[in-house]
Amino acid sequence: MSNDVIIQGPGVAHAHDAATEHHGHEHHEQHFIWKYIFSQDHKIIAKQYLISGIIWAVIGALMSVFFRLQLGFPDKTFPIMEKFLGEWAKGGKLSPEFYYALVTMHGTILVFFVLTAGLSGTFSNFLIPLQIGARDMASPFMNMLSFWFFFAAGVIMFASLYVETGPASGGWTTYPPLSALKEASLGSGVGMDLWLISMVLFVVSQLLGGLNYISTILNMRTKGMAMTRLPLTIWAFLFTAILGVLSFPVLTSGFVLLIFDRHFGTSFYLSEIFIGGKALPHIGGSAILYQHLFWFLGHPEVYIIMLPGMGMASEVLSTHSRKPIFGYFAMIISLVGITVLAFLVWAHHMFVTGMSPFLGSIFVLLTLLIAVPSAVKVFNWLTTIWRGNIRFTVPMTFAIGFVSLFISGGLTGIFLGNSALDIQLHDTYFVIAHFHLVMGVSAFFGMFAGIYHWYPKMFGRFMNNTLGYIHFFITIIGAYLIFWPMHYEGIAGMPRRYYDYSAWESFKQFQGLNSFISIVVIVVFFGQLMFVFNFFVSIFRGRKVTVQNPWQSNTLEWTTPIKPGHGNWEGDIPEVHRWAYDYKDDGNGNDFIPQTVPLKAGEESH
Amino acid sequence: MSGFIIIALIVLVFIIIYQIAKASEYASVLRGEEKVKAQTNRTMAGLLVAFFVLGVYGIWKCHELLIDKMLPVSASEQGVGYDSMLKVTLIITGLVFFATQAILFWFVWRYQATEKRTSFYYAHNNKLELLWTTVPAIAMASLVAIGLRNWFNITSQAPANAAVVEIVGKQFNWIVRYPGHDNELGKRDFRKINDANNILGLDWNDTHNLDDIISPSGEMHLVVNKPVKLIIGSRDVIHDVGLPHFRMKMDAVPGITTTMWFTPRYTTEQMKQITGNPNFVYEISCDQMCGKGHYSMRGTIIVQTQAEYDAWMASQQSYYAQNNAAPAAAPAAGDSAKPKTDSVKVTAMK
Ligand code: HEM
Ligand SMILES: [Cu+2]
Ligand SMILES: [Cu+2]
Repeated sequence: MSNDVIIQGPGVAHAHDAATEHHGHEHHEQHFIWKYIFSQDHKIIAKQYLISGIIWAVIGALMSVFFRLQLGFPDKTFPIMEKFLGEWAKGGKLSPEFYYALVTMHGTILVFFVLTAGLSGTFSNFLIPLQIGARDMASPFMNMLSFWFFFAAGVIMFASLYVETGPASGGWTTYPPLSALKEASLGSGVGMDLWLISMVLFVVSQLLGGLNYISTILNMRTKGMAMTRLPLTIWAFLFTAILGVLSFPVLTSGFVLLIFDRHFGTSFYLSEIFIGGKALPHIGGSAILYQHLFWFLGHPEVYIIMLPGMGMASEVLSTHSRKPIFGYFAMIISLVGITVLAFLVWAHHMFVTGMSPFLGSIFVLLTLLIAVPSAVKVFNWLTTIWRGNIRFTVPMTFAIGFVSLFISGGLTGIFLGNSALDIQLHDTYFVIAHFHLVMGVSAFFGMFAGIYHWYPKMFGRFMNNTLGYIHFFITIIGAYLIFWPMHYEGIAGMPRRYYDYSAWESFKQFQGLNSFISIVVIVVFFGQLMFVFNFFVSIFRGRKVTVQNPWQSNTLEWTTPIKPGHGNWEGDIPEVHRWAYDYKDDGNGNDFIPQTVPLKAGEESH
Repeated sequence: MSGFIIIALIVLVFIIIYQIAKASEYASVLRGEEKVKAQTNRTMAGLLVAFFVLGVYGIWKCHELLIDKMLPVSASEQGVGYDSMLKVTLIITGLVFFATQAILFWFVWRYQATEKRTSFYYAHNNKLELLWTTVPAIAMASLVAIGLRNWFNITSQAPANAAVVEIVGKQFNWIVRYPGHDNELGKRDFRKINDANNILGLDWNDTHNLDDIISPSGEMHLVVNKPVKLIIGSRDVIHDVGLPHFRMKMDAVPGITTTMWFTPRYTTEQMKQITGNPNFVYEISCDQMCGKGHYSMRGTIIVQTQAEYDAWMASQQSYYAQNNAAPAAAPAAGDSAKPKTDSVKVTAMK
């Protein structure tokens, strides 16, 4: 490693100069508002993202409980729902309109607000400066703006729940013409406008954040932190940000055209429509155009959600098995492969839109190609724990669960990517099972692994272990019980986004299964509430961290004080001498060698 | 009020669990942290393995419970390829699934931390990595090969002798149109749609329309062993013609005409016997979110022998005749001869 060229941007030197200066600032008494609310400290912003993410996750999950009650027990009423939802659940039964609104909000919230903003917002912010050895982000101010744009997006989305005609209800993908015409559905009224405005603000937030992450990683690494010495978390955040920066603008363009179609009489997506008793004047638009624009983001988006979890799982698996990550370079190359291919597979969501079969075949090829780097990652994780010395801490169990779930969900992608199979499986519960396992639960497991692992660094306390283990088992067992049988429903052709199956000869046979799934959902929901409880109570009551490096990890964040202030390190930023994964005998009875320890005479660098 | 009580109760339960958990952790610190850590580690490794074993049992149980609910054999010739391909893909991915999960949990058990163990410093091995890049690549390539053969087979041009039937989605039902005697679907124009007497906007100046038969209830009749080509359209938003029994699906997009073709293999009666379900019916499900009634957008297909089909067809009246009280409403003078004979024919056949 030492003979590698060390890439150093000007920012590194700058960070060093700023060191003492920053340090000086800290002792000024900061007003509460500037310290905790409009803070520019990346660690505070990370916590703001995390806590907003948790709140959104609870809201999103509660919505799924409500619509699962409908699916599981279509002929029963639940007066408690009326308490929460009022009009929309008169007599304790969801109206179809609101069922669809809930499904739409659930998807939007979980995909964008929780697993995009809450996940990479939290950990990119928290870990990038700490793990590369920087005092803060390249632009702390932009970073703060990023959070507040996200916050504004959230406020608007939340407000849309209260408009008279209800929130958007065309599914999280909001395909026009359904989403473009207010005659087509109640949710395509004001609710849809608010949805679009909120999402545009959200994109702004993502761009501000993403550009910041990229420039920070490229320019602000401490002395000795060559790109090839970065922990895989940072590599993952880098590619996550690149994916977002390149694909979110395309989504925005799709949204802008949709806004035009909705309000300014254009016909980008509309053609030959008769609705609400009259023929509309639009001619010549293409409803499929929107789907191309949407999925050009939509597919990269699923990797935006996945990569941070992959990075964190890599880090956690290595640390807690006391073993270097296997195939560090292969891991980076597969990240590159995933990032590039992620832009070339979007139309696999559109095999049955009537696209040219030849074009479809190209997308089949590229889609199955993307399974290869994913497979490489799985094999490398398995080899990482092979002959390790595994400590089953809470984060480690979640990382193991992550691998298990990623395998289960990833393999079904191979079915869906093959267009001849997708003809049958498209828009059935098979797709629901696929993406919930691979992206929903697996990404959540990456996130949980990250939360439990870095909680001591965030709050100077541990979360309660016993509750952590209970949380783990409830969640993984629950996830498999909920989503595994859905593959069967999907193979049997059961369509997704149905409010009630009882009129269908082919699907009503699954009623019993649907009830079972809904019951498990409720149990898992309470399991998550328990996690939330553990999270918040431990901030104040958790066991205190007494040693600087509780997991005996190599990375730089554990060289900061137990409760780092703004600026992270009290003295100079440490210099880095080796890669992040030297989990081996240090000669003094320890089984790890932090990145700050110089190479010994004659020691080979990685 | 009861809501508050429930929430208070939940919080209380959490507090109690938290306190117990915390107390037990402190107690364990007193007993000697290292010892407890080692014990927890063993327990967790054991529980994870137990999870795996129970999981495999669960998968088997789940399969046993649900296998009877799967679809019967493919009702279309084109779907036969799908069925076999699904099986091949299931076997390949199933093997990978069990192998990788078993390895994962085996390592979990085998390499749990003990005092004696030290981990093996093993950072990379190019040969291994090359191996598990190429093997999946080859596996994927063969799946793509099988897949594309089926895909091009399914999406190929319909044979010339295929029957043509149009199916149009609207919020929230399907409308089916048959071309009538001339075997030709007439032009339609969305501006001519009128829910009272022209639900598809047929252009009455196009004489091909005059004998077209429309079923507004979404009931489609097909002939067994005869290829059929569906002309798919939508009046308002995107819908999707989903035919699970035929392993077919295609979006219905306003402004665009899509098509798909297949050959039914079994009549509805035969399928009743195959499935042992006297209520069996081929269903058309809408598979694209289209609004509040999406879940109720149900159509049906009745597959019949040619003779049964002919008899049914003979009993149908053209949409034109149904909605235009004979000669009076006949269109432009030049065309009037044709529609008359047509509607006469229809009445005669009745
Ligand atoms: C092994 C590689 C993968 C392949 C080959 C694959 C393939 C596919 C295909 C073809 C579809 C479209 C199915 C349909 O709508 O008919 C799909 C849906 C989806 N996939 Fe994957 N996938 C893979 C991995 C992933 C990963 C890693 C994620 C998330 C992190 C993911 C998330 C999703 C989501 C969210 C959808 C559904 C979107 C919707 O329609 O609402 N997939 N996948
Ligand atoms: Cu995709
Ligand atoms: Cu529909």
